[in-house]
Amino acid sequence: MKIIDTANDIAALAAKMARPDVIAAYPITPQTVIVERLAKYVENGELDTQFIRVESEHSAMAACIGAGASGSRTFTATASHGLLLMHEMLHWAALARIPVVMVNVNRAIGPGWSIWSDCNDSMSQRDTGWLQFYCSSNQEVFDTLVQAYRIGEHSDVMLPVMVNYDGFILSHTSMAVDVPEQQAVDDFLPAFKPGWKLDVDDPVTHGNIIGPDYYMEVRYDMHQAQQRAKDIITEVGSAWGGIGDSYGLVDTYRCDDADMVIVAMGALGAEAHRAVDELRDNGTAAGLARVRVFRPFPREALQAIADHAEMVVIDRDISLGMAGVLATEMQAALDAEIHPFIAGLGGRDVTYEDIMRIYELAEQGKEGWYTVEVQ
Amino acid sequence: MALKDLPNEEYILQGNASCPGCPITVALRTVLKALGKDTIVTVPASCSAVIESLYPKTSFGVPTMNIAFEAAAAGASGVEASMKAQGRDDITVLAWAGDGGSYDIGLQALSGALERGTDFLYVCYNNQMYSNTGIQRSGATPYGAWTTTTWKGKKEQQKNLAEIAMAHEIPYVATASIAYPEDLYRKTLKAKETRGPKYMEILCPCPPGWRFDMSKTVTMARLAVETGMWLLYEYEDGSLSFNPPSKQIVEGERDAKPIEEWLRLQGRFRNLTDSDVDKIKEAMRKRWAFYRKKAELYG
Repeated sequence: MKIIDTANDIAALAAKMARPDVIAAYPITPQTVIVERLAKYVENGELDTQFIRVESEHSAMAACIGAGASGSRTFTATASHGLLLMHEMLHWAALARIPVVMVNVNRAIGPGWSIWSDCNDSMSQRDTGWLQFYCSSNQEVFDTLVQAYRIGEHSDVMLPVMVNYDGFILSHTSMAVDVPEQQAVDDFLPAFKPGWKLDVDDPVTHGNIIGPDYYMEVRYDMHQAQQRAKDIITEVGSAWGGIGDSYGLVDTYRCDDADMVIVAMGALGAEAHRAVDELRDNGTAAGLARVRVFRPFPREALQAIADHAEMVVIDRDISLGMAGVLATEMQAALDAEIHPFIAGLGGRDVTYEDIMRIYELAEQGKEGWYTVEVQ
Repeated sequence: MALKDLPNEEYILQGNASCPGCPITVALRTVLKALGKDTIVTVPASCSAVIESLYPKTSFGVPTMNIAFEAAAAGASGVEASMKAQGRDDITVLAWAGDGGSYDIGLQALSGALERGTDFLYVCYNNQMYSNTGIQRSGATPYGAWTTTTWKGKKEQQKNLAEIAMAHEIPYVATASIAYPEDLYRKTLKAKETRGPKYMEILCPCPPGWRFDMSKTVTMARLAVETGMWLLYEYEDGSLSFNPPSKQIVEGERDAKPIEEWLRLQGRFRNLTDSDVDKIKEAMRKRWAFYRKKAELYG
């Protein structure tokens, strides 16, 4: 069924169709609509779930951890400062191997208060052990959320999944989305069967004090699970392929014969799509590699492109005192010719024309903060 | 119910990592005897997390989830919601936290869980300080007490978390002391049988923290009640009642032992002046008067 709705409405619908047992969530702009819709689904009887209207994001994640540890499928959603408040519990969820699925609507961090799109919120959670997806359309938000459960709950992964999309640019923008029948989602998503849970007939103590003789192995296993997730993301994408799109780890467009490829995430990637077409029309061999999965880091997929093309990396985030996070990681992980740019912080508009301009600047050997240092 | 009639089942196992004379294991042992096997526990950062002992071993015989310092009540909310989702109304969800994790850092999550009507039992085992990190002042530390962050004695009175819990108008609030295990057992059973949020606070005198001999734990817990420093009471369905011997003390039918008897046995109060002791007595009298009035109003 084709519907037209905002990414927030679509996220709520996808969460509903994934049939979580427990939802714990707290409102924050620009995510609030998700919480409102889910509350209505529950109160209307359209969604049979325990909805905990928590008093903070920290408690939202703690409650998801408690429910997940008890064997329940969970969902939550947040943004910006809410995500930052959760930070401790993000680590906890990952270390406890609870596959919580969460939407984060990317929003800048204050002060001053900014409600606009910016990826520094989720980039600051890079090392928590969560899988991180970045969506570029409302359709992708739907598809990715449903896939996220099957990926995170896979016995070879068992890690929480963060599905990110841009505040307002997607969260409050209506787009057409193809929504499958509930039966198709039910068939796609197996029941959640964790390896351990809090069970009075098989009592375990989870998370007690762990000495140096075991801790590294715990971390190593999480790292291996992240690495394994690359194949599982692809596998799950293919399984979903008949219903929606698979997208993969890196969504490529006109890359094969490109001289230089634009690398971006989220809605910037969608805008870059148009920029590539325009550049191609002007006779420039441009391509696009939209990084959809940031954790695990898609090193192999990006290297395959870097082998034959230079890369213009546009970060909507900044690791202060260093550089854009995506560009820094690519420089560390790849053998590549990289032209890094910072653009669009705090929701500053980046149109396809801006991206074409960034491409030109890169061709001239320039790099840096677009419109602040270079324009 | 006499002590000898308590169930034989043990859910706190031998070889646990508590200090000699630790009141926490005494309290939790009694509580779990009342709650029984079908109990799931959340434990925040606290001495109890240490008492569980090192992975891959445990001294807790019921399923236990450790959670971050401020998150015991929120984690328990998640467990409770999951039990509801699974149709398991036979399970007791217990959040077991110290006073630091309850009075201070965990207060918001506790208040949220109480206000939401979470069907769980929250127990604050109160040893009046941050004991796990080595004796620092908490919101529950009494006036005048030495800690490693109040070297000259705490300058403020403790707050009253049971009173804050009551302000949520939850079905059951109770205080207990490990020196009165029958009372603790009975109250825990009542909490188990009551639906909705329940809050209990157990006074747990800590030998290294309060600076008394490890053989005197129960004595200290009893003296706290006999001097009227710690009151045993229950608040159920909006009515407040005292339990013996606090009932007789507050109602003037029995003289409280002099507070000095309790203070003198603790190294943490060694530097109290006479005027400090007067101040403590005055605060105590005010507390009794407040509870007497409250019992009249809510009796």
